[in-house]
Amino acid sequence: MSKITNILVCGVGGQGVMTATEILAEAAISLGFDVKKTEVAGMSQRGGVVTSHLRFGDVVLSPQIAPGEADLLIGFESAEALRWSHMLRPDGVALVNSGRIVPPVVNLGLFDYPEDPVAQMRALGLTVHAFDASSLAIQLGNIRLGNTVMLGACADRLPFPAEALRDAVLARFGTRKPQLVDANRGAFEAGRRAVAGEALAATES
Amino acid sequence: MPATQTVPAAARMFLSGNDAVARAVWEAGTRVAAAYPGTPSTEILEILSRYSGLHTEWSVNEKVSMEVALGASMVGARAFCAMKHVGLNVASDALMTMTVTGTEGGLVIAVADDVGMSSSQNEQDSRYWGRFAHVPVLEPADSQEAYSMTLAAFELSERLKSPVILRLTTRICHVKGVVHTGERIEVEPKGFVKDPRHWVMVPGNAKPRLPSMFERESAARAEAEVTPLNFQVDGSDRRIGFVTSGPTFMHVREAFPDAPVFKLGLSCPPPLESLRRFAATVDAVLVVEETEPLLETEMKAAGIACHGKDVLPRIGELAPDVLEPAVKRLRGEVVPEPEHVPPQQVFPRPPTMCVACPHLGVYYTLSQMRNVIISGDIGCYTLGAGHPWNALDTCISMGASMGTALGMDKGRGKVDENKKVVAVIGDSTFMHMGMQGLLDITWNRGNVTVLLLDNRAVGMTGGQDNPGTGRDIHGEETARVDFAKLCEALGVKKERIRVLDPYELPVLFKALREETKIEEPSVIITNRPCVLIDHYQPAKSYTVEEDRCTGCGNCIEVGCPAIHVTRRDKVVKASGKEVDLSFVRIETSACTGCGLCVQPCAPEAIVHADPVQSVQSVQSVQFVRK
Ligand code: SF4
Ligand code: SF4
Repeated sequence: MSKITNILVCGVGGQGVMTATEILAEAAISLGFDVKKTEVAGMSQRGGVVTSHLRFGDVVLSPQIAPGEADLLIGFESAEALRWSHMLRPDGVALVNSGRIVPPVVNLGLFDYPEDPVAQMRALGLTVHAFDASSLAIQLGNIRLGNTVMLGACADRLPFPAEALRDAVLARFGTRKPQLVDANRGAFEAGRRAVAGEALAATES
Repeated sequence: MPATQTVPAAARMFLSGNDAVARAVWEAGTRVAAAYPGTPSTEILEILSRYSGLHTEWSVNEKVSMEVALGASMVGARAFCAMKHVGLNVASDALMTMTVTGTEGGLVIAVADDVGMSSSQNEQDSRYWGRFAHVPVLEPADSQEAYSMTLAAFELSERLKSPVILRLTTRICHVKGVVHTGERIEVEPKGFVKDPRHWVMVPGNAKPRLPSMFERESAARAEAEVTPLNFQVDGSDRRIGFVTSGPTFMHVREAFPDAPVFKLGLSCPPPLESLRRFAATVDAVLVVEETEPLLETEMKAAGIACHGKDVLPRIGELAPDVLEPAVKRLRGEVVPEPEHVPPQQVFPRPPTMCVACPHLGVYYTLSQMRNVIISGDIGCYTLGAGHPWNALDTCISMGASMGTALGMDKGRGKVDENKKVVAVIGDSTFMHMGMQGLLDITWNRGNVTVLLLDNRAVGMTGGQDNPGTGRDIHGEETARVDFAKLCEALGVKKERIRVLDPYELPVLFKALREETKIEEPSVIITNRPCVLIDHYQPAKSYTVEEDRCTGCGNCIEVGCPAIHVTRRDKVVKASGKEVDLSFVRIETSACTGCGLCVQPCAPEAIVHADPVQSVQSVQSVQFVRK
């Protein structure tokens, strides 16, 4: 059987995890791949855990990624990336938003938020590229752009050209609100550069 | 507002199972489609409601939706209803007699089992209904099959004159895959034929119809042996042959690409003779079915030796990572240690109520009351069982808060005699099944205080309309239920019905205290909308003045997710008692200014934020409706 690409996107309800995965799926579809995407939704919309699985290749059978099988783990929130790190292949890559969303149970003092989820993942021997996508999005003018920043961050780690993903992002926002196209193009490129290690200052212009 | 739109032309589409079913229902020329929202089936009707050429509706409950579909079938129209697994329990009364009458126009019942329980109160196996009601069950394995089997189900229904169950699971409904679709055909209803012996199910008419129900089942059984919906995939590794249906087919193929597989599409009645022949070609048979050992039991009863739940779990999904070790053990092989990193311990992140949710005030108030038993119901407000409120003591089924509260009132002994019994229910759940329970409370003189949380939406499933919103599935204006009048008509005294604003904590507290004291049925109706529906109006947001905050933590008890602890401390009071302090901040960009947390803050540390700070009140930290 030919190689299947497995991408696991995780985060917190309301962050746009499902939309981001949908856009990744659209890019893969546009290139003629067989694609399956699955998620656990339901009550997770109320600030709970959200994961979305994306698999594409010649023929995809099961929609679910098994533990240790994800090529790419995209974490929209740091503790969530840590929670799902066992899904990653030993040679896979995690792209993590180092921004945090602290749940009520932590605020109430019932549980602790891990001190440094990214460091913990690295200590497990995983390859992690982390940056504060939430702050970057706020600096770009809208926290909602965090979604596109994260997609930009994974654009150069896909088995297809980054432009296919960028087109899918712009197509999605362009049809809804044309004025958002430029903002999203900027956010996409900012994410791409941020993960390549460039300082945010360099992205401003 | 979901306006009727032009349906996309036939093409290669990327559709969820729910999308695919909706598309096929439309293509089949269906004239009537009805449902009550329920995860994971909700989207089917939402999508259908945007199509033209058919009547779509949210019904008040699943039973009504099924009866609406049956009525359409009686006049010869193609008809459809959709529900989640527990919805079919509600609708089963209609099902168990419509299987005696049979159907005219093709009638398809989509039922979605929440295997894995992502958003349900139980995990049950709807395939049983096929056996119980003697109706065929089709089980798609992915979106493409969800599409093609929906079309096949209409054809089968009309040929057998029987309702057909399309059994979905979460892993079908919410999985997207590539689907090749077609175009709509128009099917003109043949018209209603008056025939009491067919449609009036009194014993004298129903008895003579029973044999035809079994004849129909025999015909379906014969069909199951030959239909292309049931097929075999050959494989070179004959140590284990798999028998499977639904989404587990894909999991089995993924995990064991070289093994022979018998795949059931028309799984009820099961094609036992084909399965017997298949079993003879392999060393051992493993039946891979989620939740109940249904097929396994039937095969064993037919004398076909097989494995099933002796090696596989009875609970949850049977994904490849569950199947692989189980099959290895069955073959006597060692299960290797996984190479990937082990799962990491991270705090739980349970779903919680939204920022500024109108239920926050209700649960805050309930959590401050002593000696109450709180009988709960199904909806967002079930979240009141969680932190910080811990103010919900039961949750069973739609509308159950009423009956269980009455039973508690009538059954309580000395230990509970000083307790107040409160029932909490939402607007949509009340109309689904709750109002009959309230009628039972008034009729039987129950001492129960009912909190009817009218947030003008079916919140949990995404804010659908219901008879209390005065809008139909298309968002168009229609008759609107007046809850106060309805409760009065159900026998609650007018002076025992109060309508109030759940953001006004002192009013709410006083009303609850008074009504729970009076020993007769009372209803407190809260009247503020769900924050996720379009009509919700955010107000000016708040912030915490750091130097005024004493760290008392009172505001945290409200449970709004926009309030965050910045720092903890301990102080020893004059009395010598040690108290914990939690200093807070408000995520101003998320706060929608409901004012709830302001009320328990004694030092008045919570103040309106500088307007410049509160730019996008609905930023994406959480809870933005798509
Ligand atoms: S006023 Fe308080 S309770 Fe209301 S939304 Fe803002 S932070 Fe939450
Ligand atoms: S209620 Fe007021 S004083 Fe107490 S923690 Fe909250 S903001 Fe601070």
